Amino acid sequence: MTTQLLTYIFVGITFALYIGIALWSRARSTNDFYVAGKDVHPVANGMATAADWMSAASFLSMAGLIAFLGKDGSVYLMGWTGGYVLLALLLAPYLRKFGKFTVPDFIGERYYSKTARKLAVVCLIFISFTYIAGQMRGVGIVFSRFLEVDINTGVIVGMAIVFFYAVLGGMKGITYTQVAQYCVLIFAYLVPAIFISILMTGEVIPQIGFGSTLVDSQVYLLDKLDQVTKDLGFIAYTENAKSNIDIFCITAALMFGTAGLPHVIVRFFTVPSVGAARQSAGYALIFIALLYTTAPAVSAFARMNLIDSIQDQPYSTSPSWFKNWEEIGLIAWIDKNEDGKIQYSSGDALENVKPSYQELRGPNGQRLLENEPNLSNENEIYIDRDIIVLANPEIAKLPSWVIALVAAGGLAAALSTAAGLLLVISSSVSHDLLKKTYMPKITEKQELKYARIAAAIAIGIAGIFGIYPPAFVAQVVAFAFGLAAATFFPALFLGIFYKRLNKEGAITGMLGGLLFTASYIIYFKFINPDINNSDFWLLGISPEGIGCIGMIINFALALSVSIFTKPPPKEIFDMVDEIRQP
Amino acid sequence: MKDKTHQYWKANLKIVFSLLVIWFIASFGFGIIFSDTLDQIRFGGFKLGFWFAQQGSIYIFVIIIFLYVWLMKRLDKKLSEEEEI
Repeated sequence: MTTQLLTYIFVGITFALYIGIALWSRARSTNDFYVAGKDVHPVANGMATAADWMSAASFLSMAGLIAFLGKDGSVYLMGWTGGYVLLALLLAPYLRKFGKFTVPDFIGERYYSKTARKLAVVCLIFISFTYIAGQMRGVGIVFSRFLEVDINTGVIVGMAIVFFYAVLGGMKGITYTQVAQYCVLIFAYLVPAIFISILMTGEVIPQIGFGSTLVDSQVYLLDKLDQVTKDLGFIAYTENAKSNIDIFCITAALMFGTAGLPHVIVRFFTVPSVGAARQSAGYALIFIALLYTTAPAVSAFARMNLIDSIQDQPYSTSPSWFKNWEEIGLIAWIDKNEDGKIQYSSGDALENVKPSYQELRGPNGQRLLENEPNLSNENEIYIDRDIIVLANPEIAKLPSWVIALVAAGGLAAALSTAAGLLLVISSSVSHDLLKKTYMPKITEKQELKYARIAAAIAIGIAGIFGIYPPAFVAQVVAFAFGLAAATFFPALFLGIFYKRLNKEGAITGMLGGLLFTASYIIYFKFINPDINNSDFWLLGISPEGIGCIGMIINFALALSVSIFTKPPPKEIFDMVDEIRQP
Repeated sequence: MKDKTHQYWKANLKIVFSLLVIWFIASFGFGIIFSDTLDQIRFGGFKLGFWFAQQGSIYIFVIIIFLYVWLMKRLDKKLSEEEEI
């Protein structure tokens, strides 16, 4: 059977499974729709949280990023797992005790203010849509490469599936579909990793293979990789290129951002008790760690394999995956020295970095480019980092069912995260904006109807992002984490641990953190991208890490404004006392 | 009664604070600040600082959360027993 046919079968089976689960778990009340009836088992919630959390970025892009960044890539590994410690110890149990439906709900009640609630809804919608745009790109890539359908058709099919189970089942449908999606995605991630680990090092467990010697030699994989990367003019794989302060701040922004992401927090509202919320965070991190400790091993294997399989190869005999991805437009080759062979080294191969192709073919059959070659280095290839995980099984010459499996896994990762995000958007619109602010008189049944309508509209908007992807998707991801760290984390944390914090303090803090972080990122990413380098950054902190400073500003403003204004009413003190009890 | 809940909260803060110290040392300490120094030590094919940054810190995070679950369960039990008396 061809890879394409197998992919259709795998993707078809998994999609049928998701629809089946959706039919079985329909939501009947707002309680079902927003928080799955609050009776999800901690292990199931752990899996659902893991699938919710691990997006197309974790599944498709992260190992690729780390493969090219080497040790600098650790910021993602530590940042996206360490946040769960903060979530488990500082937020999840208390927010579960609070026992309402959404994150703006907590902020609105705790700070006894509709303004605070509306501000939280705005931040939530912004963060969540930023994130969804990335998921849709993931769906598009998988569909166009493996099913050879148009990206737009792919996006529409993906949207239709999410529409079906999110609108019908709400949180309940999403939770149980995410459990299934976790199983699909982790299986799809581990199988090729184990295969490649055995091929390269003879070790079954990738985490061990990562630190072992290569097959038929006495040389450790990482030592060889350090040597090869240095020879090609890169910094050694296991050494940092970024400054320590920048690495520190990016890691912190990702950690605190993770703990403040509404679609993750809301997962802990679905379990039956405070104890279950704590346990559930632990299970979630185990399930996440399974992928996150495998990813850096995959990165090292992929980088090694990639260099081995293309360096100094004549283009005419280059492997088929190389040409396939070139057709999609995610690989480009420019024969600078006209020897017909592929040379890979450090530096951007092309002027303007991203390739734009001509209709014509070159003497070796390669796609010719509009771009001028970048003559300051000898690198001849452009590789989009997003393809590494998808191409890895092909690069390692694994059987075609493994490739099909990876495609199904990538879709599971993208769809599960998109569904979780759509749910928090729709529930904050129907619950926080309509029921709690503008239309307090609606009945539960009407609220449920509005929640479904909001979910449908949100899916439509997400679909438009997928079909007309904003050119800046990758760049705005920094936004989502930076803003979550600079707005939600301090407001939630202080709301629980500092009773005296009043609405004036919380609102000023959130606004200050939001404005500072947003302007810094917009300035360096959009207004003045030419000076986006460490000479101009504040204290040498990149826009990716600035959320950490935004958070400190939020804390400082919130605490100082609070001291000089009226303390919160007595009910708030009682409420905080109440949520501090198990 | 008021006193009991106050003590419970204080014990809770102590647990959270000590676990966060471990969290900080494992990630920001071993994985970033002292990473290059730890790289002098080898551990199989890994340099130790690199291992903490890409593997070890994550294992420690998992252990921290389960320690927390266990310690809090013990504390909750103590509180409910005292309330019964």
